[in-house]
Amino acid sequence: MTHHSTRRHLLGALGLGGIALGAAACGSSDPFEEGDTGGGGSGSDGGGESGGGTIAIGSQAYYSNEIIAELFAQVLEGEGLTVDRQYQIGQREVYMPELEEGALDLLPEYLGNLLQHYDPEAQAASPEEISSALGEALPDGLRVLSFAEASDQDSYTTTAEFAQTHSLTAIGDLAGVDEDLRIAANSEFEVRPYGSEGVKEVYGVDVSVVPVEDSGGPLTVQALLDGDVQLANIYTADPTIAQNDLVVLEDPESLILPQNVVPVVSEKIDDAAAAAIDAVLAELSAADLVELNRQSVEDQRSSADIATDWLTEKGLV
Amino acid sequence: MNDSPFVESLRWLAEPSRWSGPAGIPLRTLEHLGYTALGILLAALLAIPLGLAVGHTGRFKGLVVATAGAARALPTLGLVTLFALLMGIGLTAPLLSFVILAIPSLLAGAYSAVESADRATVDAARAQGMTELQVLTRVELPLGMPLLIGGVRGATVQVVATAMLAAYVGNGGLGRYIFQGLGSQNYPQMIAGSLLVIALALVLDLALLLIQRLSTPRGLRAA
Repeated sequence: MTHHSTRRHLLGALGLGGIALGAAACGSSDPFEEGDTGGGGSGSDGGGESGGGTIAIGSQAYYSNEIIAELFAQVLEGEGLTVDRQYQIGQREVYMPELEEGALDLLPEYLGNLLQHYDPEAQAASPEEISSALGEALPDGLRVLSFAEASDQDSYTTTAEFAQTHSLTAIGDLAGVDEDLRIAANSEFEVRPYGSEGVKEVYGVDVSVVPVEDSGGPLTVQALLDGDVQLANIYTADPTIAQNDLVVLEDPESLILPQNVVPVVSEKIDDAAAAAIDAVLAELSAADLVELNRQSVEDQRSSADIATDWLTEKGLV
Repeated sequence: MNDSPFVESLRWLAEPSRWSGPAGIPLRTLEHLGYTALGILLAALLAIPLGLAVGHTGRFKGLVVATAGAARALPTLGLVTLFALLMGIGLTAPLLSFVILAIPSLLAGAYSAVESADRATVDAARAQGMTELQVLTRVELPLGMPLLIGGVRGATVQVVATAMLAAYVGNGGLGRYIFQGLGSQNYPQMIAGSLLVIALALVLDLALLLIQRLSTPRGLRAA
């Protein structure tokens, strides 16, 4: 079984090499990059035609990001374009070079994180500022389209009970809480600008970090619900916030970088394609993103089904 | 800044301020050693008596060997996550995982230690009128001591290399440097943390190797 499929992959790769060489003979780009584009995915599509009108869409290895990528994929298919899905690519350090080299054409990103990747010292604070700063910061050949209202960002989140007991609505209210505050978060929270040092500087609040390394996942939520910590850093589009009746503390001083959903695209995305993607972004509200995520986490639906239903409901396909 | 991350990691280690304070290298190393020692100790309390009993009597050997072998296949990060979801964050979840990680090596070391004793020697001991307990503690165990310590050595290296996972659920140890470095793209720090874990594993391995050599009974050394 494995032997067979390995051999088929090998044959597929050889075939792709042939196609790529043919393409190179016609004066197109580096054959190895062409080969990478077609062969880098799950291999299930056996190596279709690459180049030409095919848009290669990537996503992070994050279920919510894949759903957004799938929204884009389906509207572009609705425009008659051919889409090559290259989902679940781990880190920004891996997929951004792919975009820069033209192996990917479109990937859903988040405003603040994307800007920090290219400009760690960036001072931009509002979504609008970040979006325009990205125009400068992105390498040649890449640009961002408009950003959605939906965002997925770090937060100071607490339980409804704790918020009520200490009448908390905003992060600054924590300054009046008369106990040692502990926040469950990934350990890099200690060194992030919005982390324990930032909150001291901006809001005068002392919190110590209890490192829980699952990026706001079930362990972090559990630590908060168990009362091991009073606060947790949970991504705001996470459906567990509503599910557990948690309270995301407001951030009037913009301590936390906005992470609105924003697509980063190559030159292969023309005006018509960009307009189709923009239409999705215009409809994607914060509540929508949470609901899309909920369908994945709670109902265990596939990203393709979730995307189709939402796009149909919004009249976008 | 343009140096290789490895050079940067050595510079990170050479920074004097990192060698003191509550997040300093000495304290983190002690925490790391503490988690390792605690895990090995608890596992040894369970596995060594069981291994000795199995090795001495020969009973349930198939069952124990198969169970221990299967336990080796459990992914420790999965266990840490599972236990932490059940029991909350803190030391209990990773400690339990380390115990499970350490048991197979300790068990194998214990029963093979007893088994390794020459059957003729064991029979001679019995013929002299030794009780079963005396046979075990005065003949089988001393003869098999190097193998028993070999099991401790294997388990210790495994646990010390895995103890970084304690930091995954709210504890200290050298894993703190590794996870924080990974999350903030501070690769020199991540490598430095890994180098510290490697150094600790090598030191423990060599120390136990030495003990293993010294524990070889004089009568067996010539052979």
